Amino acid sequence: MNDQASPRAPADSKWLRVGPLEAIPPRGARVVHSRAGDIAVFRTGDDRVFALLDRCPHKGGPLSQGIVFDNRVACPLHNWVIDLEAGAACAPDEGQVQRFPVRVAEGTVYLCLQDSYANGEALI
Amino acid sequence: MSEQENLVLIGNGMAGMRTVEELLALAPDRYRITVFGAEPCGNYNRILLSPVLAGEKKLEDILLNDLDWYAQHGITLHAGCEVTGIDRVRRRVRAADGTEASYDRLLLATGSVPVVLPLPGADLPGVVTFRDIADVERMLAAAGAGRRAVVIGGGLLGLEAANGLLCQGMQVTVVHLAGTLMERQLDQPAAELLRRSLEGRGIEILLEARTEALLGEDRVGTVRLAGGRELPADLVVMAVGIRPNVELARNAGLHCGRGVVVDDTLQTYDPRIYAVGECVQHRGDTYGLVAPLFEQAKVCANHLARLGYARYAGSVTATRLKVTGVELFSAGDYLGAAGGDELVYQDPAKGVYKKLVVRDDRVCGAVLYGDAVDASWYFQLMREHTDVGAFRDRLLFGQAHLGDAGHGGVDAVAAMDDTAEVCGCNGVSKGEIVRAITTKGLFTLEEVRAHTKASSSCGSCTGMVEQLLALTLGGDYSAPEVKPLCGCTGFTHEEVRRAIGENALKSVPEVMRFLEWRNPDGCQSCRPALNYYLLCTWPGEYRDDGQSRFINERAHANIQRDGTYSVVPRIWGGVTSPAQLRAIADVAERFEVPSVKFTGGQRIDLLGVPKERLPAVWHALNQAGLVSGHAYGKAVRTVKTCVGSQWCRFGTQDSTTLGIRMEKLCWGAWTPHKVKMGVSGCPRNCSEATVKDLGVVGVDSGWEIHVGGNAGVKVRATELLCRVKTMEEVLEYCGAFLQVYREEARYLERTAPWIERVGMTYVRRRLVEEADGRRALHARFLESQRHAQKDPWAERAEGSDGAREFLPLAQVG
Repeated sequence: MNDQASPRAPADSKWLRVGPLEAIPPRGARVVHSRAGDIAVFRTGDDRVFALLDRCPHKGGPLSQGIVFDNRVACPLHNWVIDLEAGAACAPDEGQVQRFPVRVAEGTVYLCLQDSYANGEALI
Repeated sequence: MSEQENLVLIGNGMAGMRTVEELLALAPDRYRITVFGAEPCGNYNRILLSPVLAGEKKLEDILLNDLDWYAQHGITLHAGCEVTGIDRVRRRVRAADGTEASYDRLLLATGSVPVVLPLPGADLPGVVTFRDIADVERMLAAAGAGRRAVVIGGGLLGLEAANGLLCQGMQVTVVHLAGTLMERQLDQPAAELLRRSLEGRGIEILLEARTEALLGEDRVGTVRLAGGRELPADLVVMAVGIRPNVELARNAGLHCGRGVVVDDTLQTYDPRIYAVGECVQHRGDTYGLVAPLFEQAKVCANHLARLGYARYAGSVTATRLKVTGVELFSAGDYLGAAGGDELVYQDPAKGVYKKLVVRDDRVCGAVLYGDAVDASWYFQLMREHTDVGAFRDRLLFGQAHLGDAGHGGVDAVAAMDDTAEVCGCNGVSKGEIVRAITTKGLFTLEEVRAHTKASSSCGSCTGMVEQLLALTLGGDYSAPEVKPLCGCTGFTHEEVRRAIGENALKSVPEVMRFLEWRNPDGCQSCRPALNYYLLCTWPGEYRDDGQSRFINERAHANIQRDGTYSVVPRIWGGVTSPAQLRAIADVAERFEVPSVKFTGGQRIDLLGVPKERLPAVWHALNQAGLVSGHAYGKAVRTVKTCVGSQWCRFGTQDSTTLGIRMEKLCWGAWTPHKVKMGVSGCPRNCSEATVKDLGVVGVDSGWEIHVGGNAGVKVRATELLCRVKTMEEVLEYCGAFLQVYREEARYLERTAPWIERVGMTYVRRRLVEEADGRRALHARFLESQRHAQKDPWAERAEGSDGAREFLPLAQVG
């Protein structure tokens, strides 16, 4: 997430504009419909933004509806806790959620659908 | 951290290493840690030595921290290296092999040493104690089919050793000085049942027998008893007790009694030196069971990490015997030495004996033999000093028999097959739980929940999981008496609530700052609780924090397994009309609601509505005069009624009118957990009012008010609060009852467990005896309702500002 505070709007067309940051409640999320499925865009208490496929690796619960704390979200169905940064379930549960690069520029959130990450490696 | 200090731990056992683990969780970088252990291996689970002796487990099965673990955590381990001296002035420790280490903080966890009787021949080869893995190896080496073992001591350790050696094919005799076995834990009848059971297995037991000498040339061969009787013996196990190992501390000039004396922070008389475990003497007591040692570890780590707020106040302990197939539990003042009544249940043919010692309506001691299913429950009643006056007549029959039915018929877990399902919600078998406990080194209910999911949903199998923990580990591992609100804090629900009121804390972040929450954002457990407590304490003033609410209360609908929602409009008292039904039908058709169903509370459930359509559905329902039914919240749900005297030929009272009035009074109230109510027009009770949180039953002379019922996981019938004459009186009691529950129950505690915790006597006093108090409660309820009774659907229906968040942020790609 190194470039999410970048001040100017990205020129590259792979970055898709999804809306203003303020439309996402702090410690909350909003859903973005996409061809890749529903994507949950999270905003933490300290205004970091993360995008994950809106499906818990446990039973497919909508993560966007969970309670967000620190950089984690608790799935509303069975309370699995997912680390937003790594997309991984917190121990002792095991599982991985697909992640999407996301950045904020001039108060606007941009999402990239081309480079998604299904494991814990660092996002570009 | 640049200013890393040196922490040296002497004693690589369970208490010391548990402290290190707790410390690493709190402050991973504060110390460079060095561990000295006299034994040559990593830290193992000493309480599982008996199964190793019995051949049920091997050393590698019971290792808690293998050598890799120390390396991974950057801990220097000197295994097989006995510390022989502490230089407190230079702050260095020195081991027998010359190894030295200097410390800024020193932690003593030297454990205990077995008592060796000063008998002639006690030093002969073939005479062993039962304390560590080397002892077990010596015993296994001497064991063999047909050979003879004599165990001196008929206490807990001696009997476990005897059973283990029997499993190894030896002929075993137990020589015990006292007149009954395990006299420090069992009363006479239970000890007698135990003796018969062990004799039935083939262990010979000699009571009131004193050993005089151990005889043999180069190896023990005979045990001679007082009176001259001689027992042939290839192996003699001395298991007559343990005493704290204080030699090192005493030589270093630390103040010792029976153990190393520590204060409530586990600090010794030298402020740089802490001590935990069996070597410790705290407020005059020493402990030899693992649960108290772990409580000490938690507190000690808190101080080593410089958090400095935890205190250890001593433990109430309980004992179990780890002999496969024997269910035995003992705790507290089991002899009733300090007075009190003994409640006894005895069935000699089935080998069941249960005794509870009850003083001033509090359980203060227990002995269970043959059926220990309720051990954890009794232990909890003991530790929490629960008033059992209301159900002492049913106490001996167990928790399942509280209320009229329940999750009864639970098998004794010891006898259960490995494949038997323990947790019905998550499909977890006995075998899976036992495996997780032993292979993953679990000690607490929370750990089992996290690893296996057993008991983490409805919780009805909690007692069985606790039993399995106890059986596998041989002790009681139920959570400590004072439970913090969640992992983010050390404060309890009550302490947090008091702090909110006394310090005028008015927001979630303010509470977290004031009480120094460990995670500045809290977690999914504490945030909803804090939000509720603030809402309840400051009605009309507190601004609800939606992000601290579970999704159902944020979306004002119930999330379903596929991520859609269910919508339940309020139908006052369950009384509807053709026009209302038509309106609901129209909405269901217009929005193509996949499923329409009646709920258990006489309402209509529209299932399968996608989140983004909720505002439109609500708008349509609002137009027809329908409002939110709060079927999704920790809130007042429904008032279920029968038709009552308006129609029913048996009806004595107008139950529908009262039900509607109650619902109009109470709707919209947020409560610690959901609240269901019912009103029946006569004692035939067609609205099932006596399994509701608050149930009203019409009788010829007026109304009976019942509280604390539950028809969920554990069926519990209500208890009668009082009888009144008029509807107005019922309404006053109803508001007052809800308010005292709102103000005093813990978040997510239903009325039934709350009443079991505080006692019906207390509830009656607050509501019936203290009439002024009742009116004040009712007035506070009305004031709170003035702010709460706003239809949440109308605020979020289509066309309102609140509807925005229900829609997707964007459609891309």
